[in-house]
Amino acid sequence: MFSAHGLSHAYRELVAIERIDLEVPAHGVLGVVGPSGCGKSTLLELVAGLLQPSGGRVEVGGADDVAGRLARCALMPQRDTLLPWLSAIDNAALALRNRGVRRGAARAEAGRLFERFGLAGFERTRPAELSGGMRQRVAFLRTLVAGKPVLALDEPFASLDAISRAEMQGWLAAALASDPRTVLLVTHDVEEALYLCDRVTVLSARPARVVEELSAPAPRAPDRDAAVTDPEFVAARERAMAALHEGSR
Amino acid sequence: MKRWALPLLVLAGLIGLWQVAASTGTLADVLNLEPILVPSPAEIASSLWEDRSLLAEDAWVTLREILLGFLIGLAAGLGFAVLLRLSPTLRRAFYPLLVASQAVPILVLAPILVVWFGFGIGPKLVIVALICFFPIAVATADGLRSVDPDAIKMMRSIDASRLQLLWRLEAPNALPFVFSGARIAVTFAPIAAIFGEWAGAESGLGVLIREDSAHLETARLFAATVVLAAIALALYGLLALAERRVVTWR
Repeated sequence: MFSAHGLSHAYRELVAIERIDLEVPAHGVLGVVGPSGCGKSTLLELVAGLLQPSGGRVEVGGADDVAGRLARCALMPQRDTLLPWLSAIDNAALALRNRGVRRGAARAEAGRLFERFGLAGFERTRPAELSGGMRQRVAFLRTLVAGKPVLALDEPFASLDAISRAEMQGWLAAALASDPRTVLLVTHDVEEALYLCDRVTVLSARPARVVEELSAPAPRAPDRDAAVTDPEFVAARERAMAALHEGSR
Repeated sequence: MKRWALPLLVLAGLIGLWQVAASTGTLADVLNLEPILVPSPAEIASSLWEDRSLLAEDAWVTLREILLGFLIGLAAGLGFAVLLRLSPTLRRAFYPLLVASQAVPILVLAPILVVWFGFGIGPKLVIVALICFFPIAVATADGLRSVDPDAIKMMRSIDASRLQLLWRLEAPNALPFVFSGARIAVTFAPIAAIFGEWAGAESGLGVLIREDSAHLETARLFAATVVLAAIALALYGLLALAERRVVTWR
């Protein structure tokens, strides 16, 4: 569904990422982990069509131009970026409104997802009155409602405490099971990546390069607690951690 | 109410002191003036009542200049700020000038505007609109720019056109800035109207103040000043009220 070949990007003199190769099939979930500031967000923006690479190729659904990638990929930025003047439902329905759907119809369509994803009753609530986890869920729905085949998620749960984060990982796994999409998930949390993704790519410190590629033992298993304590999972996590350490040097 | 009690008490105390000092002649003595030049609050109050129809007539003229001038300045300021946001070239060309122009004492242009546009409402509107335009344009331009870059990426990624970006993200984000610019504008607008009237007019509080000054009608001069202050305070209050109704997310 999306791929990168020899993908490089530099901001003037600063090389952010260097010759990265990725390949993700339709409905595949790829995790990208790496040290802070290694260029993970740059990679997301390249895939999402918000940046044009300075070298190599990046393709989403066969399109390698900015407009084509933008049309096929929706980005969920690291902070929820909910608009404080809109209710939760209007935030979630933003993509539909941008597409010209009338407010009533847009709310009705987004409202169906509110019920399915445990947000019923909070449609009219302003973001400031929602908990961190709920804000992230609304932000995720907003990305989902855009109806694009590829989702680019930038550390979606980084701002949450450990318990909410574990809950939200389970929630996201369920959401992807009921509404499968191709996902590029960037995170600094190795456990999160190994639990949520089919495959995990470990990047080095800047300029980002691929140092390790792993297959997750039991992607999005229904029992999260059991999955992350399974010996195979623990071994994969240790390998990923070792690769991170090596890449940070 | 509680937070108003103390300032109101201070104000009442000051007026009381003034009343005592003026009615006993102490204030005139201290200032080395004729007592007739130093009216007491009671005399000002009685002028407010006795000259109410004259004051109301002139206040209406000045209020109209302030309101219309403010609205023109607001519309022009918002429009200009949006243009600067939409065109980086225009922004590079005009924004430094806009900021620098704040230092120009526009009020001194009043006489030449009267020469250009005559004695009618025209030059007053121009001067009030100019005074209102700059703070509103600068504040709005800054507000439109202060958007979270991640929010812009998010909106682009969910297919917002340039105008949708402006309407759904940048404009609401700029609203608190617009209001703070408008508050500055509305504080200066009455002064601008008075300057416009001083440069040449047939009616208005500025005309009344100047005539009363020439004829030593000091009680009515102060009464006119009180009316002007009341107008300024009322406009400021209305704006603050509007802000609270509109900017509900802060």
